[in-house]
Amino acid sequence: MITVNRYVCGYCGACVGVCPVCALELVETWIEVSDGCIECGRCVKLCPTGALSLEEAQR
Amino acid sequence: MRCDVVVVGAGPGGSMAAKTAAEKGLRVVLMEKRQEIGDPVRCAEGVSKARLSSMIKPDPKWIAAEVRGARLYAPDGSSIVMSEDKSGDEVGYVLERKIFDRALAMEAARAGAKVMVKTRALDLLKVDGSVRGVRAMRYGEIIDIEADVVIGADGVESKVGRWAGIDTSLKPGDIEVCAQFLLYDKSIDDEYCEFFLGNELAPGGYVWSFPKGENLANVGLGVIGSRSEPGAPVKLLRRFVERRMPEARIVEMVVGGVPVSGPIERTIADGVLLVGDAARQSDPITGGGILNAMQAGIMAGEVVADAVSSGDTSVEGLMVYEKRWRESIGKQISRHLDLKEFFIKLSDEDLNNLMHSIQSEDVSKMDLRGMLRVLIRLNPKMLWELRHLVM
Ligand SMILES: Cc1cc2nc3c(=O)[nH]c(=O)nc-3n(C[C@H](O)[C@H](O)[C@H](O)COP(=O)(O)OP(=O)(O)OC[C@H]3O[C@@H](n4cnc5c(N)ncnc54)[C@H](O)[C@@H]3O)c2cc1C
Ligand code: SF4
Ligand code: SF4
Repeated sequence: MITVNRYVCGYCGACVGVCPVCALELVETWIEVSDGCIECGRCVKLCPTGALSLEEAQR
Repeated sequence: MRCDVVVVGAGPGGSMAAKTAAEKGLRVVLMEKRQEIGDPVRCAEGVSKARLSSMIKPDPKWIAAEVRGARLYAPDGSSIVMSEDKSGDEVGYVLERKIFDRALAMEAARAGAKVMVKTRALDLLKVDGSVRGVRAMRYGEIIDIEADVVIGADGVESKVGRWAGIDTSLKPGDIEVCAQFLLYDKSIDDEYCEFFLGNELAPGGYVWSFPKGENLANVGLGVIGSRSEPGAPVKLLRRFVERRMPEARIVEMVVGGVPVSGPIERTIADGVLLVGDAARQSDPITGGGILNAMQAGIMAGEVVADAVSSGDTSVEGLMVYEKRWRESIGKQISRHLDLKEFFIKLSDEDLNNLMHSIQSEDVSKMDLRGMLRVLIRLNPKMLWELRHLVM
């Protein structure tokens, strides 16, 4: 599961543009994650603020 | 609701597309998911004067500063100066994009386009597989807007292309991830844009300082995604500012991603065109994308007007757009993609050597291509694989 730290996120949309399966959406000032996420980690690596994480426990 | 064309995204690309199409007599809806057009800013706001002026009359209301040129620093601090008119698409004016983007949307509105803010495209409407408009959420309610053509000008996070079957997702090597502060510091040079190169400072990218007047500047950096890690741009920027301008007063923060993939395979589908960052038309070497988005927007608006009046909005009917942008802005984008692929491999030592080699030459009146030609003459071995770019 991708989790978004909303206190860190700068709502820039970069993660949305890199997600290969369109699982993310930028709505005004927050990121929504849909069920389609394949946990590839690309968005985590590329987030400029470090707001995203893949929760290991649930993998 | 019914119209001829829906434009998704009211950035520079979308607003110019909407304005152009409306001026040609089409019924245009320009939708923007944000409640405030242009805000938050995701940009360093630098543009070339001449190219901007060829598309819109410059207005002091949205120009923060005018610069005389650009100064480029190698990792060891050695530098060269380039004049404003030769420094490329990012140097000349430094804009106030919150005002600029809204002014462009107003131009579209004055030309007759219906502007809808806080309206987020959710999907394309399709009938028998062909595009018939956009489903959107407006003030929390679902609405359908029927149209013959949809222009996707929805920026780096674009979905319009994907909904139409064009995979625009960016791989790590296809995006520069950025952070920027708007800051006040006495060391800011109000007359020059500054670029700092170095793998320590910004791996596969650069640090920029674009002055906005009275010691205020957009100081930011971009890192090539393939060499980034979570949060790296913000960390590197904080380090740069703490080291070089410890007294700086930071008054705004910006983060974002710039596509540097170069031209994608196609930017049209039946009833759909992509412009600007959505079409990945930003410059792979400078990361500048405002002017390319505007120019592509104008081309898209013109082509759509013809397609709607001739009744052919299929891929064939829209093909002129694909051809026109590739033959104009596309050429430079392709050249700069090759340059970027080479540039991101250079070590700090390479960068220093290149800078030293060119310091004795008068580059102040040269553009990027002219400078590259000189660099290749002086460093034939190292730059051999770039020689096709200057022929
Ligand atoms: C840090 C940084 C610095 C930069 N510096 C420069 C620079 O100095 N000079 C330069 O030329 N370029 C620069 N760029 C690039 C430049 O900002 C972009 O290329 C430019 O904004 C592209 O314009 P556009 O119209 O294509 O897209 P955008 O300006 O990104 O506009 C897209 C719009 O679409 C909206 N949207 C997205 N999805 C939807 C949806 N589903 N429904 C409705 N609306 C939607 C968004 O909210 C947004 O307003 C920089 C970028 C970054 C990140
Ligand atoms: S890339 Fe990071 S900062 Fe930008 S919107 Fe996504 S989570 Fe937020
Ligand atoms: S982990 Fe991969 S699939 Fe999941 S949201 Fe991030 S980029 Fe998309």
